[in-house]
Amino acid sequence: MSDSAPLLEVDRVSKVFTRGGLLSRERIHAVNDVSFRLEAGRPEIFSIIGESGSGKTTLAKMILRIETPTSGRLSVRGTDVAHIHGRRAGLAFMAQVQPIFQNPFEAFNPLKPLDHYLFMTARRFNGAADETAAARMADGALLQVGLSLAEVRGRHPHELSGGQLQRVAVARALIPRPRLIVADEPVSMVDASLRMAIVNLFKTLRDELGIAIVYITHDLATADYISDRLIIMQRGRVVEAGDARSVLADPQHPYSRSLKSAVLLPDSLTPAATPA
Amino acid sequence: MLSVQGLKAYYMTRHFGVQREVRAVDGIDFEVLRNEIYGLAGESSCGKTTLIKTIAAAWKPPLQIVAGSVGFTFAPDILRLAPAELARVRWKHLAYIVQGSMSVLNPVRRIRESFVDFAFRHLGVARAEFDRRVSAHLARVKLDPGIVNAYPHQLSGGMRQRVTIALATICRPEFVIADEPTTALDVLVQKDVLDMIREVQREIGSSVLLVTHDLGVHAHVADRMGIMYAGRLVEEAPTRELFRAPRHPYTAHLIASLPRIGDRTTRKPLEGSPPNLAAPPPGCRFHPRCPLAMDRCRAEVPPLQTIGAQHRVACFAVNA
Repeated sequence: MSDSAPLLEVDRVSKVFTRGGLLSRERIHAVNDVSFRLEAGRPEIFSIIGESGSGKTTLAKMILRIETPTSGRLSVRGTDVAHIHGRRAGLAFMAQVQPIFQNPFEAFNPLKPLDHYLFMTARRFNGAADETAAARMADGALLQVGLSLAEVRGRHPHELSGGQLQRVAVARALIPRPRLIVADEPVSMVDASLRMAIVNLFKTLRDELGIAIVYITHDLATADYISDRLIIMQRGRVVEAGDARSVLADPQHPYSRSLKSAVLLPDSLTPAATPA
Repeated sequence: MLSVQGLKAYYMTRHFGVQREVRAVDGIDFEVLRNEIYGLAGESSCGKTTLIKTIAAAWKPPLQIVAGSVGFTFAPDILRLAPAELARVRWKHLAYIVQGSMSVLNPVRRIRESFVDFAFRHLGVARAEFDRRVSAHLARVKLDPGIVNAYPHQLSGGMRQRVTIALATICRPEFVIADEPTTALDVLVQKDVLDMIREVQREIGSSVLLVTHDLGVHAHVADRMGIMYAGRLVEEAPTRELFRAPRHPYTAHLIASLPRIGDRTTRKPLEGSPPNLAAPPPGCRFHPRCPLAMDRCRAEVPPLQTIGAQHRVACFAVNA
């Protein structure tokens, strides 16, 4: 790993799933020839926008090493992800690249107290020797998301609101001190009054902790609010890429334009849509 | 068209001799007029689904109606109708599009059979005429009438949702309740489905009670809106006015925190989280999170007061 290498480099990555038997085999290009790069030393929020079936989640899974690309190269700080073998190298990779999932109620086991996850992460990635060290690390991470260990200790997922739980998920991801967080639709299950708290938190992570974030969403409005750059995907391909503000202000590809025109917002109140 | 008065519906449970009540709907008054789309907004667990279950007379224990009445023009006291009468009212006069279209469509029956199950006995026509009406109605929601031979899993999410809208409206009901009709759909499909609901509503002249947490959806189709917080209605106004001049601090916050393309000003989140309805705070339920809270708000419940044409707000700071 070198410091001059890009933080994340996605180079002509494709993923093909095959479906069916011998006679009726079907090949599905979930991700088709996608390339982008996040530079080291310049943390940014990079959005991947698409509808269901666009391949955005498959792409996220490849970045997280949950799926392997069919072709192309994915590297994190100069190390080809395909060349990571064994538990030790795997853990070292995971410490740098952490996930946040869509539904916090599904990400945590409902039967286990939340501190269990935080302590387990501290032990596994940070080598916390005992409970006290793990608790200190968990508390530090929770403070960064506006919670504290006292509020979370011994509590189960159902005792917290979706917004609080998602903040615990962010805190858990922060414990290994990652360079990159991959967040797949992190606010779509969170209530409106708490949603912006999570979104603002991502900005803080970028600005104060220098963590880069791959933000995967179908929501153009929050992507516009927080991201620096973005790509728009349709059926596995990138149809538009660039600076978030300029792309969303004036999308060029027909698909991006139709996505923007489908955004339902108060300013889109037109005479046709309102009562006569 | 619909009049709800003083409605209270609690979930009553008893565990090891300890009585627990969750006040999901706690004193709600509102009306839905003929030929309008009334949007009901609120966050998860604010009681909106409980409210519409009660309105559709589809509640069952542990949910109990504690007080109040629900009246439609075609069923003045729907909460006290006998099951047989209720069955006659449902679908013909009152249709309910529940959340998640897949759960309504029987997965092992073709679309045609679902139409027969739901609507045949209400329409009271011969089978050939019924099939003709189904085809015509599917065409109206821009579906190929040929899909009557398909099974639900063969259709996309958007098509399934159109089928449920067609199912709900084929008997030309006077009142349609739609619970989160577009939540699981992709953005492009969502807009189509909403436009469809609006079109069908205009054509058959029915009233629609549209329930969703998504304010963008309300902005797009609702004529009037009600905002629910912790089991109560806190504000009600024509949609345009609500977005232009929200009065309740909760509504104002929801609208101010909506992200909009091209606007990157920092949105302040609301402190705290929605209250536990088993032990709601006294007085105004929003006071622990409210920037305008006064002593009075901690002790008394603010009534929903009219402050302008069709505009009602439950807030001491506004009504003072």
